[in-house]
Amino acid sequence: MAQTVFEPWNDPEAKPLIQFKGVTKRFGDFTAIDNQTFDIYEREFFALLGPSGCGKTTMMRMLAGFEKPTEGTILLGGQDMAPIPPNKRAVNMMFQSYALFPHLSVWENIAFGLKRDGKPKDVIAARVDEMLKLTRLQQFARRKPHQISGGQRQRVALARSLAKAPKLLLLDEPMGALDAKLRQATQFELMDIQEKTGTTFVIVTHDQEEAMTVASRVAVMDHGRIIQADTPANIYEMPNSVYVADFIGEVTIIPGKAHKRGNGYDIAFAEGQPTLHSETDAALDNGQTCYLALRPEKVSISAEKPADRTNTVQGRIIDIAYLGNLSTYHVQLPNGQMIKAQAANTRRLSRRDFSWEDTVWLSWTDTAAVLLKG
Amino acid sequence: MRRFALIALPCAWLLALFLVPFLIVLKISLSDIALAIPPYTPTLDLSAGWQGIRAFFSALDFDNFRFLATDDLYWKSYISSLQIAFLATLMTLFVGYPIAYGMANAPDHWRPTLMMLVILPFWTSFLIRVYSWMGILSTEGYLNQLLLWLGVISTPLTILNTPTAVYIGIVYTYLPFMVLPIYSALERMDGSLLEAAEDLGCSRVKAFWLITVPLSKTGIIAGCFLVFIPVIGEFVIPSLLGGSQTLMIGKVLWEEFFNNRDWPVASAVAVVLLLILIVPIVLFQMNEQKSREADQ
Amino acid sequence: MRRLTWFNTTSLTLGFAFLYLPMIILIVYSFNESKLVTVWAGFSTKWYGTLVQNQAFLDAAWVTLKVALASSTIATILGTMAALVLVRAGRFYGRTLFSGMIYAPLVMPEVITGLSLLLLFIGIGLDRGIFTIILAHTTFSMCFVSVVVSSRLVTFDRSLEEAALDLGCSHFDAFRLVTLPIIAPAVISGWLLAFTLSLDDLVIASFTAGPSATTLPIKIWSSIRLGVSPEINALSTIMIGIVAVGVITASLITKRASLRQQADERAAVHA
Repeated sequence: MAQTVFEPWNDPEAKPLIQFKGVTKRFGDFTAIDNQTFDIYEREFFALLGPSGCGKTTMMRMLAGFEKPTEGTILLGGQDMAPIPPNKRAVNMMFQSYALFPHLSVWENIAFGLKRDGKPKDVIAARVDEMLKLTRLQQFARRKPHQISGGQRQRVALARSLAKAPKLLLLDEPMGALDAKLRQATQFELMDIQEKTGTTFVIVTHDQEEAMTVASRVAVMDHGRIIQADTPANIYEMPNSVYVADFIGEVTIIPGKAHKRGNGYDIAFAEGQPTLHSETDAALDNGQTCYLALRPEKVSISAEKPADRTNTVQGRIIDIAYLGNLSTYHVQLPNGQMIKAQAANTRRLSRRDFSWEDTVWLSWTDTAAVLLKG
Repeated sequence: MRRFALIALPCAWLLALFLVPFLIVLKISLSDIALAIPPYTPTLDLSAGWQGIRAFFSALDFDNFRFLATDDLYWKSYISSLQIAFLATLMTLFVGYPIAYGMANAPDHWRPTLMMLVILPFWTSFLIRVYSWMGILSTEGYLNQLLLWLGVISTPLTILNTPTAVYIGIVYTYLPFMVLPIYSALERMDGSLLEAAEDLGCSRVKAFWLITVPLSKTGIIAGCFLVFIPVIGEFVIPSLLGGSQTLMIGKVLWEEFFNNRDWPVASAVAVVLLLILIVPIVLFQMNEQKSREADQ
Repeated sequence: MRRLTWFNTTSLTLGFAFLYLPMIILIVYSFNESKLVTVWAGFSTKWYGTLVQNQAFLDAAWVTLKVALASSTIATILGTMAALVLVRAGRFYGRTLFSGMIYAPLVMPEVITGLSLLLLFIGIGLDRGIFTIILAHTTFSMCFVSVVVSSRLVTFDRSLEEAALDLGCSHFDAFRLVTLPIIAPAVISGWLLAFTLSLDDLVIASFTAGPSATTLPIKIWSSIRLGVSPEINALSTIMIGIVAVGVITASLITKRASLRQQADERAAVHA
């Protein structure tokens, strides 16, 4: 049985769950969200990623109903959300601080939203038990929030916001308060729960690794705009701008001038250096300023000049960052340009091939780098 | 709508029972005493219409304030209230600072108890705390008995009904107001600051003057105002512990009202007292503002 | 490290001796046989006996209690509302006046508050009695309540209320089910403060009380103006005793609660 790929955003027939249509949000003179139009589909795990102050939290608070758009409309399942107050929306939110009610037990916290709907007692009890099971909190049901650990609190917050089976769950930095180890485990748990419940998740985070791990699509934001919204792989391999390339992962940006040749462009980046070649679909003018974004793991490092590579440059090792499984070499070219190259540490440290001040050759293929206009 | 009701109810209450009464005081301070009920003129006669209102306003004058300025009882009382409040504040500071300092340096598990011991008198009746000194300070009181028995003095001292007794009473009753803000300032201080100062060559005493005192400055200022402001209008302490030579304006106002039944002059005394209080209150607010900003 | 030096020990000992000796002497001499308060003539509880039979004191105590209960309860409701306005309402027309009216009574000399309220009651022809004392006490103690409650509200995490709204609460339900239970300790201490202030007040009550209603402080005042009396010593001892028991109990409860919370949090870390 062939598994269908989950890509509703490529399907012109698919109906989006949430539609932002020309949404702008201003606080006084400050524009938090600048005329944004995009869609989020059902069952998606959508991540809003950006530095603090980029507008991602405002976006989420507008979905929850705590902020109203200054201009434009937000539709949920085709219905305008503007007149619906937060307590009437089929949207629930998991708060960054968790906002667990300190005077209520874990059980009562999870039951809180259900009770507001006036559901019968046995229905509430069954649903709460289901949620406790889902988040593996059964034995903590009677405890108060201050009697459980940070990771457990996080799961209570998740269970509470999922209890009402919302169409859309908003998660505001859900792992911000957890330590690194716990965070990784929780990320997989979160994906698991999202898959089991089939709820649409929108997560706000400033941690790019977290966004890449959990999300089906990542929207990279800056100054109130979504710069690029795409799958994690596409964001990484095909960034549409220097900002996105630089924000996600490690990269070397080489500025230069483009000249058309064959299926791509030759890039002149420094006097006395050979031009670099990059294949691309993008169309640039002759002599236009461009930027070559080069991921370190796509750059080979060798003592001898490799014969079969399109792009080869010579430089001197300035710095080596030893990361255990791999090392990143910072290599300086004669014109001062730094290029990062990564190599797996297949041998023990003492028998390493290259050391500081060594002169080495760097090389990469003509499709390894991404050519960007700005 | 909900917001309006929330604002309106407390606002209406305070308008009716705080602002309006104060305006009445202001108005009566501009009236003249009369042998009538109520014992002042003019009274606003709305039935006379516009004429009545005009007559009412034209009969208001500053005579009472002129009287306060000419009769030396009043301005002497204001000066003496300020003087007593100032000296008593300094004394409270000297008594209170070591207590606050000792509390802040006490072992952690002691501090809640010490804190409770400072707060406890605050919850006990003010009147009783002042009264407790009457038995101690009187001519045949416990203090004189002790001193006579020790042979320090041969004839009993007269302390009750003198300014000394008033100072003792003020320091005693207002001590918690001084200790608590200084303690909270000292308690927040990072202990490693003193170690750093000593490491950089300060002596213990010098480190105290250069580090501890400046860092507890907002606490000291807050404590001083918390004592100074209410003491100016104090009535109970000078009445119980002070004699006839202790002039304090709160007592004068009380007597003007209850004994002389001169409402217009009592009101004028109140208005001037408030004007005097505005300066320290504004300074106090500024200090609070500054320490709030420093916290952020 | 924190340690008790001889200087700290001395200043604490002297300081607390100064704070507590007068009250201890008062308590000891309330058990004095003699009518001459300053001369010890043997142990006796007879002054407590005469106090219990003194109908005027009992009446005054009853009036005081009624006034304190009524005024502190109304003041707590109004003061909490005022605190919500101060912290939450944002900007509105007359905000400066409003916060001024909240803070001014805190620093207003009692003689002025009393005088102005009396002039108001006479001006509108209200007969003075228990009712007018309740009005007066409510007015100044609501300001103290609002200061206590608003300092708690400032640190209150707004996202708790947003979470309640998000889970389907109306604004009123969010306040009733989430905000109020959490700020309850501050509201209760506000009430206690208002209650004590009312019990304690002599000056404002003297202005606003009519001949029909005498509070305990007024009664005490009129008898101690004539000098120290063993009956008042006995009464003071009872009042100090009640306060001491109350404050010590409260501090033990909070201490135990905070110890338990610490233990819980330690347990949670290991859970």
